[in-house]
Amino acid sequence: MADPNANPRPGGPVDEATAPNLEPQTEPVPYPPRDVARMEAPPDPPPSDPFGPHAAYPTGRRLDTGVVPDRLVNTHCCYCGQQCGIRLKVKDDEVLGFEPWYDFPFNKGKLCPKGIKRYLQSGHPDRLLHAYERDADAPGGFREMPYARAIERVASEIDRIQSTYGNDAFAVLTGASLTSEKSYLMGKFAHMALRTANIDYNGRLCMVSAGGGNNLAFGVDRGANPWTDILRAEVVWASGANIAECAPITTDYVWQARENGGKLIIVDPRMTPIARTADLYLPVKPGRDVALFNGVLREMIAHDWIDHAFIERYTIGFDALARHVEPWTLDRTAEVTGVARKRIEAASELWGTAKTSFMMHSRGIEHSAHGVQNVLGAINLVLASGRIGRPYCGYSTITGQGNGQGAREHGSKKDQLPGMRELADPEARRYVAGVWGMDPDDLPQPGADAYEIFRKVAKDEIRGLLLICFNPLVSLPDNQFIRAQMERLEFFVTIDFFMSESARHSHVVLPGSLHEEDEGVVATNESRVVKINKCIDPPGEAKQDWRIIQDICRALGREEGFTFESPREIFDELRIASKGGKADYSGITYEKIEAQYGVFWPCYAESPEGEPIDHRGTPRMFEPGSWNPIAKGAGPFYFPDGKARFCRPNYFPPTEDTDDAYPLMLTTGRVISQFLSGTQTRRIGPLLDMYPTPRVELHPRLAAQLGVEDGAWVTVETRRGAMTLRAQVVRTIRPDTIFIPYHWASRRSANQLTLSAQDPISKIPEFKACAAKLRQARPDEIPEAADEPPVPRAHPRPEPAPERT
Amino acid sequence: MPVPPTLHYFLDPGRCIGCNACVQACAECDTHRGQSMMQLDFIDHARSPQTVPVICMHCDTPTCAEVCPADAIKRTEDGVVHTARKPRCIACNNCVLACPFGVPKMNNAANLMMKCDLCYDRTSQGLKPMCASVCPSGALWFGTEEEIRELRPASKTNREFRFGGQTITTRVRVMVPKDRAETHLDVTASLRRSRDADPMLDAMYDEGSP
Ligand code: SF4
Repeated sequence: MADPNANPRPGGPVDEATAPNLEPQTEPVPYPPRDVARMEAPPDPPPSDPFGPHAAYPTGRRLDTGVVPDRLVNTHCCYCGQQCGIRLKVKDDEVLGFEPWYDFPFNKGKLCPKGIKRYLQSGHPDRLLHAYERDADAPGGFREMPYARAIERVASEIDRIQSTYGNDAFAVLTGASLTSEKSYLMGKFAHMALRTANIDYNGRLCMVSAGGGNNLAFGVDRGANPWTDILRAEVVWASGANIAECAPITTDYVWQARENGGKLIIVDPRMTPIARTADLYLPVKPGRDVALFNGVLREMIAHDWIDHAFIERYTIGFDALARHVEPWTLDRTAEVTGVARKRIEAASELWGTAKTSFMMHSRGIEHSAHGVQNVLGAINLVLASGRIGRPYCGYSTITGQGNGQGAREHGSKKDQLPGMRELADPEARRYVAGVWGMDPDDLPQPGADAYEIFRKVAKDEIRGLLLICFNPLVSLPDNQFIRAQMERLEFFVTIDFFMSESARHSHVVLPGSLHEEDEGVVATNESRVVKINKCIDPPGEAKQDWRIIQDICRALGREEGFTFESPREIFDELRIASKGGKADYSGITYEKIEAQYGVFWPCYAESPEGEPIDHRGTPRMFEPGSWNPIAKGAGPFYFPDGKARFCRPNYFPPTEDTDDAYPLMLTTGRVISQFLSGTQTRRIGPLLDMYPTPRVELHPRLAAQLGVEDGAWVTVETRRGAMTLRAQVVRTIRPDTIFIPYHWASRRSANQLTLSAQDPISKIPEFKACAAKLRQARPDEIPEAADEPPVPRAHPRPEPAPERT
Repeated sequence: MPVPPTLHYFLDPGRCIGCNACVQACAECDTHRGQSMMQLDFIDHARSPQTVPVICMHCDTPTCAEVCPADAIKRTEDGVVHTARKPRCIACNNCVLACPFGVPKMNNAANLMMKCDLCYDRTSQGLKPMCASVCPSGALWFGTEEEIRELRPASKTNREFRFGGQTITTRVRVMVPKDRAETHLDVTASLRRSRDADPMLDAMYDEGSP
């Protein structure tokens, strides 16, 4: 069977009847049954644990206003997909603080609290300065080992596992906070050096549903517009996007649109800060978004609020879609979504009659076992309105991670080769194998996704794992299952800068580099490729991640193709490897990035006729008359006929709907002060102080029913597990829904409760909807150290202990 | 160097998203590193996500200075009201109690009243204050009247506040909707305004339906 996550490549002329992907697959991937091995979370590490987490605060020179920095380095924030420009103050080998980078056009100096305090991750007492191996008797469970010996051990274990069980028995998991150079190198490492099919990345929990929908409808996976197109949109629609807390800088763009007369529609089960003053707020039930989109589309059709000329000229599939949404009457839509009928009518009219608009969505609709269907529902509203590919007519997902866009382009996904090429495509294999100097037949075929990799561990199909830039124990759903699989691995190596909760289950930990210790590019959520600049050298025996990977290759005796001396050399090869692909970087250089404040891809080195050109890049996709390597001039979209596809998204209730035993919907998400699995931000004191430990949000009506008061200890249970935490009673959440932020580990981890059902196309897990119950906590459930800060304060690093070899 | 008279601080609490960037950035300013002079408050967390950033309004006739028995609080010619001067401040708390905006805070460890000084180290060099530099929502903004008029066509500025019988004019401007008739903000009156119904429930059920 063809890989369902592959980009659609319709062969020959496509018509509505034969187009294979217009009604995408909808059966969710089954999740592990109750009887698989699980391991309960241990208590938090004691304050004496050498690896922390400890909370760092500014001390010493960082508080001394008399200290003049040696230099100010223009770079970007190490956290979210906004990739704010920031100038770091550096003295000797210390990052002292920051200055706003007023000239960088996206954020003009603006930063959220995470960016402001990110400098505290540098020089942190928990920073890994050596390689470590597991030793139950050593403090923290790990003992220092010489870096060179650690590399040898990693190589010999890889070799042993691969020669005993086959190449695919060793898996690689990477992350979307790595630069594109590193992410490219990780793909090359897995596919060429290890020849394993099993490499995937943590964008599997983040951007893949958007990617799946974008590929099916547009033929390419990129946010379509620069953010300046928000500024004069008549209507901004954001579904499942907690903009204020997860993409804070976008707030200013949205408010600016409203200053210019724009209207704001927010769809979310929680009234997040961006929703407070929205012109229309639609509190959708978790997991019902596609029903809403289908209902709105039916209204648009009924009132003829659609762009017939655009549909005729630039799309296929509309008539069948119109029939498909016919059953979605206002009444049915209101009933399924739980949103008042008159609000749905009003939203349809606002969206339907606008002349310009910007549609945004993020994890709220994407973190679903029907995430791709939800995304397609949103895209259909955009295509039916004809408002794309023009100024102030936009569409984009909002990416979560720093390189959330870039890491989905150059081969660290399970089915991908550089330039957004497909691993299963013979032509792509030939081209990339040519760049790498290998036989295309030696390239593996697409492998398992990030969650499936752990299911394969349970089945002994995967025996070894290399993990970098990913903390699955906190960020994957149903994480007691993940913990058991980590312990099952014959060999597990982690590259990280802190001892993450996942790293604690490794046999060997290699000390990698922090963001400020290396250079390279990332693609922001506008798909603007920007440059991260190095401020300081990695401390101790820590090394830049690409050097560690190359050291492993050398120790394996497979160093051919892994002898880069700098990120720039890797980037130059990436440019060639991406050339001719959809994400074509061939025309991008470090110098062009600096001169233009970033370059939007695709950026071509050659014209369609093969002449060298100086291309500025592509801020706005799908403009009429634009050229792309698939349509070759036939039209603006990335299909052979140049036309976008109206797919027919199907509605299904959440995989685990509520019932009498579990009557509430649990949804999870983020708070502004923490980032993803918290490996970095749970070590930064001023950020922890803002929101020290998770609370569960519930509506006063529900709280009254259950006899729960604000601040009381409650226990939330699902079919996977239970956790006890304090209640936060707020009327900004639906009374049938509860919410827990997920950034914490062990017994504070919301992902003890979540469900690992996955979208059949994108394989994203259903973080945003599972059945739960909530009750007052029993006295024995209330944690002993309940009111202690979740993370002890960091003291300056003690003198290194003498070697214990 | 004084702060240029054309440069102003504009505050639009309607834009605030409660992100705390201002609070965190304030502690990075070079005159009081490690200590934030910024306050961010929820109005009523249980009922609404609304938050309000509180900065010194830099009053034309500052109440804090008027009630200071030690003459420790200075307003410079450029309209900036400064933190109490260390040798003079007797930590009597008069200013803390008297300021109608609730800005000055007593630093008990230092026995000194500390408050926002408009990032004097930055603004006197023509730079934006830290909080107004980083604010992701534009709730805090620093620049000229012309710039803000161009940027915010639906808003206008206000610098007159009534607290019962007391009227105060400030260097800091607050943004209000353009179509608002009054030329002042009646702060005490807004405290008496009744609270609305539950907007969540309103959006979920049609009247008459279950
Ligand atoms: S976390 Fe995101 S919004 Fe905050 S400063 Fe960093 S890039 Fe900007």
